[in-house]
Amino acid sequence: MTAMPRLAAPNGLLIDRNRPVSFTFEGREIQGFHGDTIASALLGADVKVLSRSFKYHRPRGPLTMAGQDANTLVQLPGEPNVLADRTPIRDGLVVKGQNYRGSLEDDRLMILDRFSRFMPVGFYYKTFFKPGLFGGGSWKFWEPKIRAMAGLGVVDLNHPHGYYDKQYLFHDVVVVGGGAAGMSAALKAAEAGADTLLVDENPVLGGALSYARFGPESDGGRSRMQALAARVAAEPRITVMTDASCQGWFADNWLPVIRGKRLYKIRAKAVVVATGSMEQPMVFRHNDLPGVMLGSAAQRLIRHYGVRPGSRAVVAAANSDAYGVALDLMEAGIDVAAIVDLRPEPGDDEVTKAALATGVTVIPGFTPWQTRPGFGMRSIVGVEIARITGEGRAEGEGHSIACDLLCMSTGYSPTAHLLYHSGARLEYDEATAMMAIRRLPDHVFACGSVNGVFDIAAVIQDGERAGWAAACDIGLDAGPEPAAPNRTGAEGQTHPWPIFSHPKGKDFVDFDEDLQVKDILNAMADGYDHVELVKRYSTVGMGPSQGRHSAITTMRLVAKAQGVSPALVGTTTSRPPYQPETFGHLAGRGFEPVRLTPMHHRHLEAGAQMMPAGLWLRPAYYGRKEDREKAIAAEALAVRQNVGIIDVSTLGGLEVRGPDAAEFLNRMYTFAYLKQPVGRARYVLMTDMSGVVTDDGVACRFSDQHFYVTATTSGAQAVYQHMLLMNAQWRLDVDVTNVTASYCGVNIAGPKSREVLARICSDVDLSAEAFPYMAVRTGTVAGIPARLLRVGFVGELGYEIHAPASCGEALWDALMEAGRDFGIRPFGVEAQRLLRLEKGHIIIGQDTDGLTNPVEAAMDWAISRNKPFFVGGRSIAMQEARGITRMLVGFELVDPKAPVPEECHLVVRDGIITGRVTSAVRSPTLGKVVGLAYVARDQSEIGSRFNIKIAGGRMIEAKVVPVPFYDPENKRQEL
Amino acid sequence: MVHYWYNNKPAGVEPVALGLLKFGLRRTYPAKRHFPKAKELKRTYDVAIIGGGGHGLAAAYYLARDWGVTNVAVLDKGYLAGGNTARNTTIVRSNYLTPEGVRFYDESVRLFRDLAEEFDYNLMYSERGHFTLAHTDAALRTMRWRAEVNKHMGVNSELVLRDDVARMVPQLNMSEDVRYPILGALYHPPGAIARHDAVAWGYARGAADRGVEIHQLTEVTAIRPSPGGIELTTNRGTIHAGKVLQATAGMSSVVAKMAGFRLPIRTIPLQACVSLPMKPFLDAIIVSGSLHVYISQSARGELVMGGSTDPYQLYSTRSTLDFKEGLMMHMLELFPFLSEVRLLRQWAGMADMTPDFSPIMGLTPVENYYIDAGWGTYGFKATPVSGKRMAETVATGKVPDILAPFRLDRFSTFDLVGEKGAASVGH
Repeated sequence: MTAMPRLAAPNGLLIDRNRPVSFTFEGREIQGFHGDTIASALLGADVKVLSRSFKYHRPRGPLTMAGQDANTLVQLPGEPNVLADRTPIRDGLVVKGQNYRGSLEDDRLMILDRFSRFMPVGFYYKTFFKPGLFGGGSWKFWEPKIRAMAGLGVVDLNHPHGYYDKQYLFHDVVVVGGGAAGMSAALKAAEAGADTLLVDENPVLGGALSYARFGPESDGGRSRMQALAARVAAEPRITVMTDASCQGWFADNWLPVIRGKRLYKIRAKAVVVATGSMEQPMVFRHNDLPGVMLGSAAQRLIRHYGVRPGSRAVVAAANSDAYGVALDLMEAGIDVAAIVDLRPEPGDDEVTKAALATGVTVIPGFTPWQTRPGFGMRSIVGVEIARITGEGRAEGEGHSIACDLLCMSTGYSPTAHLLYHSGARLEYDEATAMMAIRRLPDHVFACGSVNGVFDIAAVIQDGERAGWAAACDIGLDAGPEPAAPNRTGAEGQTHPWPIFSHPKGKDFVDFDEDLQVKDILNAMADGYDHVELVKRYSTVGMGPSQGRHSAITTMRLVAKAQGVSPALVGTTTSRPPYQPETFGHLAGRGFEPVRLTPMHHRHLEAGAQMMPAGLWLRPAYYGRKEDREKAIAAEALAVRQNVGIIDVSTLGGLEVRGPDAAEFLNRMYTFAYLKQPVGRARYVLMTDMSGVVTDDGVACRFSDQHFYVTATTSGAQAVYQHMLLMNAQWRLDVDVTNVTASYCGVNIAGPKSREVLARICSDVDLSAEAFPYMAVRTGTVAGIPARLLRVGFVGELGYEIHAPASCGEALWDALMEAGRDFGIRPFGVEAQRLLRLEKGHIIIGQDTDGLTNPVEAAMDWAISRNKPFFVGGRSIAMQEARGITRMLVGFELVDPKAPVPEECHLVVRDGIITGRVTSAVRSPTLGKVVGLAYVARDQSEIGSRFNIKIAGGRMIEAKVVPVPFYDPENKRQEL
Repeated sequence: MVHYWYNNKPAGVEPVALGLLKFGLRRTYPAKRHFPKAKELKRTYDVAIIGGGGHGLAAAYYLARDWGVTNVAVLDKGYLAGGNTARNTTIVRSNYLTPEGVRFYDESVRLFRDLAEEFDYNLMYSERGHFTLAHTDAALRTMRWRAEVNKHMGVNSELVLRDDVARMVPQLNMSEDVRYPILGALYHPPGAIARHDAVAWGYARGAADRGVEIHQLTEVTAIRPSPGGIELTTNRGTIHAGKVLQATAGMSSVVAKMAGFRLPIRTIPLQACVSLPMKPFLDAIIVSGSLHVYISQSARGELVMGGSTDPYQLYSTRSTLDFKEGLMMHMLELFPFLSEVRLLRQWAGMADMTPDFSPIMGLTPVENYYIDAGWGTYGFKATPVSGKRMAETVATGKVPDILAPFRLDRFSTFDLVGEKGAASVGH
């Protein structure tokens, strides 16, 4: 269908009439213009119903046209809950309504509206959960039915992950809100030398100047806007960001700003909040229907989009802006049937006078009492008005005025979200009937109507004052303090009680949640007096617009019911974000760091299956997935019979240097290091303050004052941090450096490993006598400077070679080449686990848990008993004195044909859990099942038998055997 | 015709239980308050409970119901259940790691199931099935450990592997081309969500009906032993209580210090957030420890989501940007189709972390002063059992067996109840 004719320029500031855009809504083709939002284009095409309400499925149309209400939430493909009055149209866009059965126009669930009297506040709490009138229904019966009714938009489970990214920005001063106040503040700060960012959520700067009426003439706002915007554009120190929503204030002026597909994270030295205020709806019967909107919404439609919001209007007034709205409507060709002024008489300002001069009917002392719904409540056809006889009281005979548009201009509330986030304190001010700022945190400033300043000249002055203060705050010389405005114009802007409850209800306080006046009052009647409890019990303010239009009314109702001042009641807390924000914006590109070893690509070339190990990826085994078991067995066999090579670059490497290096290790680890000879490695076992095993590795002494200490792959970073923390207390003369990333490491292991290494290492005597087990040397391997450690995890002759990371591939290639004649084969983590278990070596984190002490883990040999202190030592001694209750033991199965127990199958005695299996495998080398398990202390003697509860609850018997299972005399690793 | 601003006058009729029809047919609102209006504090009480959250209110309820102790005051510095009771993500489960923990939380789950009927108050308790995803073989190992202990203790949990996860939760991204592919999960069918506020309100109403006084906006400022009990100074006057129970999650160590003893607790913010409501698409409760994510879809259609605790200690409930950035990055790895879904609100609570990730309940070094603390990230799900058993402890002066493992002095005797492996997310 073709668009209705739009109003002539200068109305339609945001649209480009030369660029028509076509999209569909509910399957119907709609014409709009570039610059239109979905909502403006729909209203321009005379589509009034945009959505259905959450609970009663009442038809709803735009309320604010500012992205501040839930009435305009629509469905885009794959994108639920989109604000139609914020989202620009584009060709081919497919827009649908939400939350209906049947069609948006004829929603079968609207029957719920008629049953609303059966759904009092908190009714979910009182019903559905026990046998009763509803067919013996219980919660289990009702829950799926209620659940099916929940929610608004629809998620598409196949929707692809959209692209989003992030950018950091840094500015001296960030001004949020580009209206008269914000522009003035930015100008003042920039002129004082501040690098200033001006952020506004609208497509153009100007704020209310761009749509509201300032003065008797129509262009009073536009001329001021153009003047300020021109100065802003000419100021090189101001960066302008429009269409950008500042989503919150976080500690230390950390501001997330969303524009397009990007989340900007901005650090500001000072923040000026110039976010203006939100016009507030009235409460009366049927105040939620399409055709009832804020006066400012009508003005936005006219000036921003050139759309006529209706054809015959009534304006509900309680301030001079209402008269501006009436003038704007009349100039747009809309018949203004009446201005219904809640006040005893209109004001005497210039705008009001100009409106009165048109001869428009003004009915002072009256209020809208209810609107008259059109067919299906999809519009209004009139408004009934009543004479106000007291606060919230009205008296009338149903005097009715025909209209299809009711504009509400009865007051404001500051858009103080960012201020609330920052910890500012606001309090209800009786004189202005609005929330007023009582305290601001350091480096945060506010100006304009969010600061209670409404008179346009005063707003500009207030902006300059805030900009000046922000500039001074960051240490700039901003000249003398600007003069303060002598009047704010806040008095008389907001009616203190625009609430007229109707005996038949449907007088909505919260449009999002379909809450009526009685719901708020009944929540209190149920005992939920505190405003936070009113919120939680009734759900007022918990919907998509987060109480933007219900919080003030709720506060007033609560205060009145309790006979106290609204100031005493206050409003509920505003929490980030300012506007709903997509998960994609927050996630950004989803950068998830992966650490790759220098030999990573060699592993891939060799067909490795990679597995995560902390932040690293390590080869699990080499070969196809379907050949997993075979590959692991072949790798293990190669190590036992010939020689294997494994990448151990992921192990942590820590350089500990200085006169106190040995003393430092003596305190950090359980073993003794003071007398460790140079050229030797020694096992290190770390415990925390409660004596729990946290890490292990080896310490290699390369000189009197220099140790190279290894740590586990996943523990390295924590070990390093722990070392720094402890030494900050001890202040030993020692320097600790994490060199994990600087070194690569390989372990060649197997009976042929010495011969392989000898081919490419000539400057180290590799003989068993000159380079025995647990010795360390420095030398070169294939010309690469290297540290050689004769240590081994797998129980064979072996060498760890640690070399500069940059030489990783060269080292790997050289070893593979040198080992070719010996049948060298790379092995992965899986084979290593098997081999180490045959050897009875524990893996920290697998064979230990969050409470394991070294004695339980059968590691008491690694505890030095004659040193005065190590971290955890006192706790271990206390636990030993108290008695050790469990032990880690090696076991075999009594029945060799029994299945292999899985890790973490329980050890059970007489129905009581006494331990669990930590590792178990059917060893190809040993030809039997071996494993490690925790058992009760009195089950831990060699030869003791215990039961393991395996899959299906079956018990199998195991017996305690000595470890190592393989090569118990350690001959092979000491070859 | 004169219309008043509000013309429904409270009628003082009986409480309602019969269903919706009654509300609709009644001309005036049934207005028996769930809790009476605030009164002056009395001079003396048999028991004073510091903290009017779920735990404190539950203890008050069971004191009155099971032990006939009704001269009880519940004191809260803020509004009813406005602390962590209002800030948690409403998950109830018993798939813990230690036999002591499983037994304790299992009793809680059993109590939860009957609460609605007992209260005549719908808690919207909804068993959804709870999946703790494993992305590494280490995690898979821990899941098996928990499953084995659970099953042994009679709790319904099972380790399920990749293909079963894919079948049971088809919404999950099972791709192997992600940073942390899903290898399996601990499946716990009784895992549930409940309307968290309603749990506390139900206890409050039940306690108030039995004579317990609930004093909101009443802050304890000093705690002193006095003959035959404890003297509490509050902003509304001084009271004497024969016994005092402290149930002040988030501020446990601060209040304990006032009472004169120290707790081995670090207080760390824990944040959560909620999306705009959507039509239900996710029935299960999904937790990933490796990705620091937990998510469920509420009865309103909102996604309720949380992550790991903040990286530092703080007595504050302010929100951070980093939290939701990290959470959503991981959320979209699990559920890529949510990238255009919108977050509505975020908030924070304070988690009292103990060294072994288990709570502290029972006696304290101060005579007549009992503690219920150290609830980390697991307090909500323990509300019924801690209330019931702490009431028993306070009433009898004896610690029941089920609470004995959680005594305060376990930290000096190394009898820890290590539950770190069962914590839903990283810490």
